[in-house]
Amino acid sequence: MTWIQDNWTVIFPLGWSHAVLAGVPLVIGLILAIPLGWAARRWRRAYPVIVSTSGLLYTIPSLALFILMPLILGTQILDPVNVVAAMTVYTVALLVRTVADGLGSVPDHVQQAATAMGYGGLRRFLVVELPLAIPVIIAGLRVAAVSNVSIVSVASLIGVSQLGDLLVDGFNRNIPGELLLGIAACLALALVFDVVITAVGRALTPWTRTARA
Amino acid sequence: MIRFDRVTKRFPDGTVAVDELDLTAPTGKITVLVGPSGCGKTTSLRMVNRMIEPTSGAIYLDGTDTADLKAAEMRRGIGYVIQHAGLFPHRTIVENIGAVPTLLGWDKKRIQERSMELLERVGLDPSVARRYPSQLSGGQQQRVGVARALAADPPVMLMDEPFSAVDPVVREQLQDEFLRLQDELDKTIIFVTHDIDEAIKMGDQVAVLRVGGRLAQMADPAYLLTHPADDFVADFVGRDRGYRALSFQASPRLPLHSERTLLMGEATDRTDEWILVVDDEHRPQGWVEPSRLSGPVTEADLQRGGTVARASGSLRAALDAALSAPSRRGVIVDDSGELIGTVRAHEVLAAIEDADRPELQDDDQAGSPAPDPAAEHTPS
Amino acid sequence: MIQSIIEWLLSPESWTGSSGIATRLWEHLLYSAIVVVLACVIAIPLGLYIGHAGRANWAVTLANSARAVPTLGLLFAMTLVVGPMISSELAFVIPSIAVLVLLAIPPVLSGAYAGVASVDPAARDAARGVGMRPLQVLTRVEVPCALPLLLSGIRAATLQVIATATIAAYVGLGGLGRFLIDGLASGDYVRTAGGALLVAALALTVDGVLALVERYAVSPGLTGKDVGDTAVVASTT
Repeated sequence: MTWIQDNWTVIFPLGWSHAVLAGVPLVIGLILAIPLGWAARRWRRAYPVIVSTSGLLYTIPSLALFILMPLILGTQILDPVNVVAAMTVYTVALLVRTVADGLGSVPDHVQQAATAMGYGGLRRFLVVELPLAIPVIIAGLRVAAVSNVSIVSVASLIGVSQLGDLLVDGFNRNIPGELLLGIAACLALALVFDVVITAVGRALTPWTRTARA
Repeated sequence: MIRFDRVTKRFPDGTVAVDELDLTAPTGKITVLVGPSGCGKTTSLRMVNRMIEPTSGAIYLDGTDTADLKAAEMRRGIGYVIQHAGLFPHRTIVENIGAVPTLLGWDKKRIQERSMELLERVGLDPSVARRYPSQLSGGQQQRVGVARALAADPPVMLMDEPFSAVDPVVREQLQDEFLRLQDELDKTIIFVTHDIDEAIKMGDQVAVLRVGGRLAQMADPAYLLTHPADDFVADFVGRDRGYRALSFQASPRLPLHSERTLLMGEATDRTDEWILVVDDEHRPQGWVEPSRLSGPVTEADLQRGGTVARASGSLRAALDAALSAPSRRGVIVDDSGELIGTVRAHEVLAAIEDADRPELQDDDQAGSPAPDPAAEHTPS
Repeated sequence: MIQSIIEWLLSPESWTGSSGIATRLWEHLLYSAIVVVLACVIAIPLGLYIGHAGRANWAVTLANSARAVPTLGLLFAMTLVVGPMISSELAFVIPSIAVLVLLAIPPVLSGAYAGVASVDPAARDAARGVGMRPLQVLTRVEVPCALPLLLSGIRAATLQVIATATIAAYVGLGGLGRFLIDGLASGDYVRTAGGALLVAALALTVDGVLALVERYAVSPGLTGKDVGDTAVVASTT
């Protein structure tokens, strides 16, 4: 345990890069998933295509996708962009379906009422449908965040540094304390993501609380 | 015959769903359990096939205590129809109908034949046989539910709000068809509903239960409408009960007047206010106003608002025919639909005044000789 | 670069021998199959019981929250703790298999649980009502109706296992992961990328096969797919 006392401060820089590698794809993924999810709802034929394509992308094992990214992007194998891009693929794959289903969960009568009041297509989407889909999208984001934090640690095997380094180094040098610290730090980071996303979700959907009270 | 002997059901949380229920459902009749939610009607029904076990008391099926039978085997001999049909979504319609025969180990060919026979019996097209429940409408699913319950020809049937999940038009159709089916089959049926109109329509006898699972009154529908045992039953039976009770009173010999008629396609120079139009077989088609006719009578000239009553039908139908006819002359036909005459509302009313109401019985099943005033005013 | 990867994938030498693609592929499939079978043996009865009885839901919550533990950390920890207890060469295999089984349990468990819990209560009630015994209700109604969710749970678990088995090469497990890990260690990008392509292809193939299994095993009545024409439906009420 002396290792932890001497070195515990390393979790801050590593934790920060872990948060960036897991968090940035979450934001980009969400921004990409919203129009894709909308398209999947808008055109009936697009739904199976978009959903099954994203399902296939999610199927590719993370280590393989990290390694194949340089082939697709033309980057160097050690470039963190590979990890950000791969994680964005996973996030989009997971969220497209969530967004589509979330938009689908908006009751018909609400949409029709909005149309009857004169909301046009895009405006109705932004003002009525998207806000009402937020609870479902938030739930999907929480799943994606936990999964991202866990997967990012694998990037240590291709030499992109984050909390996973503690796991690899702890294993290679047989330092159980370092390994445990790495696991605990990953769990803590996942928890932070979860708390932040939940809080944002609550702030964005005040009506769900008054309805229950 | 199904007999409840002081049956009580107390749930683990302490609520008493059924309280000392004594009740007999006679062989070959429909006994309806009706009451507001929380009156224990479904619980009572489900205790018969031991989907719920009674806390105390016993239920006898033709004299045998059901507690002495093996639950699963016993259920195979009791038809069971529930509100949302409860069809097995992963099985085709024929497979659903053949569920009990399959459990009983019939051979495949016999199951198939029996299922197809029932499919037609409940009014479904044989082409639905290979479909799955999700491809059928609610009304069709409910028909399959009835067919499944009849598959092994059980003498007893339990029906738990079987027609409440479909729209009113389909419900009425299903009720009529089921009554016709029951005419041929003579099953011993317990039928649960929350709808007093359905209870009165379907029941040979009706048991009204109050919240807390106590029997408020048990009587045949006509008696229930004319002599509700207390305020609770009167309230539950509802408005218009005087009028509705007429449904159960056969028309006596009404003073019929002969009606001058006009054949479809004929022209007339008469100037009466209303003339009844009939077809070649003397069946009433509708009323016309001669002043509006510009030639021979066509379909478009007919006023079809009036109902038609059978001479063998009820006083209610006769009165309704008189009230609904634009001429105020109620059209009465024989059983083959041929016109035999018309009757006026005041004449039907005179017949009603002369008719006997069901006599008040001193020993009616739930009538308490010294009614507890608190119980009489149980809010519904 | 891409050309040399293709050459490596196509050359017969890469496929043969005790560390060739064929052997590694076989190992990968074998380990994955063992793990999924073990996970199913544990998780299906448990999930069916929880879903059927509506009790012990905490087990599902526990299994789901355990998914937040980084797989890499779990793998390393198990190898460090359990590895030294085993003296044979299985020291690398058993901890990895154990971790993979642990990872495969949550999806199978929640699939089985959610599948049974989602069965229409009216269908379950009717099954008892027509005289099925408890075991018949389970095998004839609940399991067939739970099949879509159960199978998709097994499918998710299988893909998770194939992916994690790749990483387990780092702690000494055989399988296609060897090409990735050994290639990375020796800076041989051709072998690394070739291995990655094989792993991706394997995952996609298995996913496709399981999708076909789902299609044939699940009753069309549950998937809502068209069976013949639907025109007759409206003919009677």
